[in-house]
Amino acid sequence: MAWFKRTDKGIKTSTEEKKDTPDGLWYKTPNGSIIHTRELKNNSYVCPDDEYHVKIGSKEYFEILFDGNNYMELDKDMISGDPLKFVDTKPYKSRIEATITKTELKDAVRTAVGRINEMDLVIACMDFNFIGGSMGSVVGEKIARAIDYSLKNKIPFLMISKSGGARMMEAGFSLMQMAKTSAKLALLDKAAIPYISLLTDPTTGGVTASYAMLGDFNIAEPGALIGFAGPRVIRETIGKDLPKGFQSSEFVLEHGFLDFIIDRRQLKNRLTTLLNLLRN
Amino acid sequence: MLLEFEKPIADLELKLQEMKDLAKGRNIDLTTDIQSLEEKIQTLKKETFQHLTRWQRVQLSRHADRPYALDYIYEITNDFIEIHGDRTVKDDKAMIGGLGDIDGRSVMFVGQQKGRNTKQRQERNFGMANPEGYRKALRLMKMAEKFGKPIVTLIDTPGAFPGIEAEERGQGEAIARNLKEMFMLKVPVICIIIGEGASGGALGIAIGDKVYMLENTWYSVISPESCSSILWRSWDYKEQAAEALKLTAIDMKTNGLIDGIIEEPLGGAHKDMKKMAGTIKQTILEALKELDKIKPEKRIDQRIDKFCAMGVFEE
Repeated sequence: MAWFKRTDKGIKTSTEEKKDTPDGLWYKTPNGSIIHTRELKNNSYVCPDDEYHVKIGSKEYFEILFDGNNYMELDKDMISGDPLKFVDTKPYKSRIEATITKTELKDAVRTAVGRINEMDLVIACMDFNFIGGSMGSVVGEKIARAIDYSLKNKIPFLMISKSGGARMMEAGFSLMQMAKTSAKLALLDKAAIPYISLLTDPTTGGVTASYAMLGDFNIAEPGALIGFAGPRVIRETIGKDLPKGFQSSEFVLEHGFLDFIIDRRQLKNRLTTLLNLLRN
Repeated sequence: MLLEFEKPIADLELKLQEMKDLAKGRNIDLTTDIQSLEEKIQTLKKETFQHLTRWQRVQLSRHADRPYALDYIYEITNDFIEIHGDRTVKDDKAMIGGLGDIDGRSVMFVGQQKGRNTKQRQERNFGMANPEGYRKALRLMKMAEKFGKPIVTLIDTPGAFPGIEAEERGQGEAIARNLKEMFMLKVPVICIIIGEGASGGALGIAIGDKVYMLENTWYSVISPESCSSILWRSWDYKEQAAEALKLTAIDMKTNGLIDGIIEEPLGGAHKDMKKMAGTIKQTILEALKELDKIKPEKRIDQRIDKFCAMGVFEE
């Protein structure tokens, strides 16, 4: 008999005695790198080993960008209506309520004004956790009002997109948010106030086909999925596999629709440089 | 090609024709029978078309016999010169356009074009434009602005084309740019949904001072089929999806998302194309009369204000 043969079979520790690692202490990237969450936070949520940019929300972006995490949030209590009384597998209204409770967010975008390296900036940042960052009336209206704030106070505007596209449960209303936000951006354009659009993973559908692609500067985080149609839809339409790297930030840059790709750790400083170059 | 709910009517119409032929051939007087059958058909038609479900309207919007953009344009105009190409990549045949005149007044037409048979359908890519189509549309609209001609867009698309090359050439950017630029056009812009108004692909040429829908068309953020597949994870809920999306002309008007509905002949636009074209022409002329009175800057402001007022939320 081999000396290493196990005589007792199975796991002997009872469930009560099982020791768990506290949830969320370590983060594993899709490439397999493991990093302590505290270190991840200190690193703008980028894994230093493989440069993987973790998907983050408005809370984290505001923290990364605004000086001392000081900012004034705009229209922070705006919540979605249910104009169509939409019901699919569950009513839209209860979907919204459940998502608000779960995410502690009011909708898929938060808008705020503050300073980055002592320069005024209005930021609208999407939250993917809220129904896939989908664009409904609240998203459209909050972005429109944030642009109004930029216009009125002559402050540059930064849009951070992260969205699966339009919110189906608001159907026609959702579609018209593309028009609304584009109208406001036309006014910002006319007033020659800088608009920087940062596309993050993922940015697709109606968001790509409106404000996300309308920046004076369209920039993106590395490795983000950026496109109009989703990869699954394209694959089904053409009946072919998609080339490697298709619809990645790098692909979109190569085809001429992005100005540059920015590592999140350099985001604040590069934005500052860019805004300074425009101002001086 | 007949839709399910068109069949009972078509059956009666066939019977009527037989009766007429019989009366003529055998020289029998069937006047009263013919009359009562005609009345019956009319009643059935009215009943059927007054109570169409949303899904049935979607079916009508895609009817194989439905008139397409160029059919209307040639019917409405005396002269029409089609203009091609986006000056960058190629000529997108899913998006057509050109200068024509309505009762002597020059108008720039832009619209998606579907094909009538298999070969044409392929050539027109089923009315699904690529980025160069949207850029061609914008080029034509800018030209109209330069020469002070009003713009009429005819929307009929199952969506902007989702393909590899479309992504490479910036489908999202092309549509986004159109939205932004169309708000600033100094000339009157009239948009008419004549068939399918699917999502960003439709909106990409639908920013106007007046946006109309023909009675049996749909306009929404997604097709009922795709909505069903995403929200219900099955293709079988398209009828429910159509109901939920509230995508008909009546729904869109009720929700304040379009300016008006253009009535179709009984039985749908394909039953009387000339009559339909006449109504469209009348609508365009009336809208132009109204829009001509407004100064360009004010028209732009009103266009922006109209779209910016769309949305329902609580504060």
